[in-house]
Amino acid sequence: MTQTETPSPHAARQHWMATLARASAEDLAERLATLPPFPEPETLRAPETGLVMVRGRAGGDGEAFNLGEMTVTRCALRLGPHIGHAYIAGRDHAKAKLAALLDAALQDSALHHACMQAVVEPLAVAQQAARAAEARKAAATRVDFFTMATMR
Amino acid sequence: MYVAVKGGEKAISAAHAWLDETRRGDTALPELSVAQIEQQMALAVDRVMAEGSCHDRFLAALAIKQAKGDLIEAAFLLRAYRTTLPRFGASAPLETSRMRLRRRISATYKDLPGGQVLGPTFDYTHRLLDFALAAEGRDAPATPEAPTDMTDVPRVTEILAREGLMQREALSESEPGDLTREPLSFPASRPVRLQNLARGDEGFLLALGYSTQRGYGNAHPFVGEIRVGHIGVEITPPELGFAIDIGDIGITECQMVNQFKGSRTEPAQFTRGYGLVFGHGERRAMSMALVDRGLRARELGEEADAPAQQEEFVLYHSDNIEATGFVEHLKLPHYVDFQSELENLRTIRRAAEAELREAAE
Repeated sequence: MTQTETPSPHAARQHWMATLARASAEDLAERLATLPPFPEPETLRAPETGLVMVRGRAGGDGEAFNLGEMTVTRCALRLGPHIGHAYIAGRDHAKAKLAALLDAALQDSALHHACMQAVVEPLAVAQQAARAAEARKAAATRVDFFTMATMR
Repeated sequence: MYVAVKGGEKAISAAHAWLDETRRGDTALPELSVAQIEQQMALAVDRVMAEGSCHDRFLAALAIKQAKGDLIEAAFLLRAYRTTLPRFGASAPLETSRMRLRRRISATYKDLPGGQVLGPTFDYTHRLLDFALAAEGRDAPATPEAPTDMTDVPRVTEILAREGLMQREALSESEPGDLTREPLSFPASRPVRLQNLARGDEGFLLALGYSTQRGYGNAHPFVGEIRVGHIGVEITPPELGFAIDIGDIGITECQMVNQFKGSRTEPAQFTRGYGLVFGHGERRAMSMALVDRGLRARELGEEADAPAQQEEFVLYHSDNIEATGFVEHLKLPHYVDFQSELENLRTIRRAAEAELREAAE
């Protein structure tokens, strides 16, 4: 299924939004604190928690069905001419606000580079490292049927 | 006759105060934190999320604490909470072929691309009580790691489908029915059946799945594949107009491979029973897959005389929140209902006695 995909024109923004969604509020606040403060943003939609219905597919690749809901928090704010959005799993309002603020800042060409360097890139590296560590643990539990192979 | 009854407030508030005290237990012991439940009772949390039909680990753990470990009560609390929240939309269907795997096993192929990855499993443990766990403060031993070459991990069902031996799933891009919006109606579509089973009671699904193995439904299932891991959830907010990843959830998927003798229009081939659940829930996903296949009997032109093949029976009784509500409501005051029953019975008795007396005279 991956081979049919075309790269999205929004790939860069999708990448940072996905990275911010996986970070904790503490991580975001800590990394944001290393940057010069942004101007005060205008709140367009205060953090709000709701539900997203998660869908699966019958047989993994058939008709869509409703698996169950998950909690999601969204927030939107304006920083200069840029509107930052956040939709994040869970109910952390502080995190949604920080993620929306960063989404707005990352669209600003003057702030983009610093935000990527101070916030998104280190978080992405840490998240990738955690995934890799989990994959190595899984790999250690892969069954090696060596005796069967030699008995053939 | 309806008689309004008041009173009991004092008794109820005293009962709830005592409930709080018993929930806390011996105050000489440290109190359980919600985070501890979330981390260390992870499979209970997973079950409550699945049956509560709401993925939120913290809320499920809180519900378990509040319910004193009664998992059905906890699922009930979670379902009640979700009704207070607005719905933002639906996700793109999860592409489970892309999930990050902790575990992936197949009982049908020994050597398959991606291999057999056991993950953190109870399988092959000796089921002997481990008294070492009773001693606190012990660190878990370091988990071994191995270099990973997580290349392609194709679905087992796809391997069979490419050979033409596995029935392809019907494809449709229509909106799936939603039980939280419209009540069940019959015959139920497969998407609605799967939604119902995904949030069904694990014990009920397990017993029904077991019954299909024991001859009530003529199933000959194989575990084509079980996958346990995490997957990103994608939504497309209208104000953005493109898909965004909002974070990971844990899921378990089971592809059950079943025989199908074929029909006038289709050759003999394998068919799927499908299970997909929140969290790590293999027993649940396997049971769901067995029952899903059972419920496909009619569409596949098979006899449908076993309990697990009776759509109305299965779908109307799978939900433990509804079931516990109806069973447990029996303990609420039925004084007036019962008075009328008593009155009825006395009248019948009097009539019968009068008849007897008349016959004797």
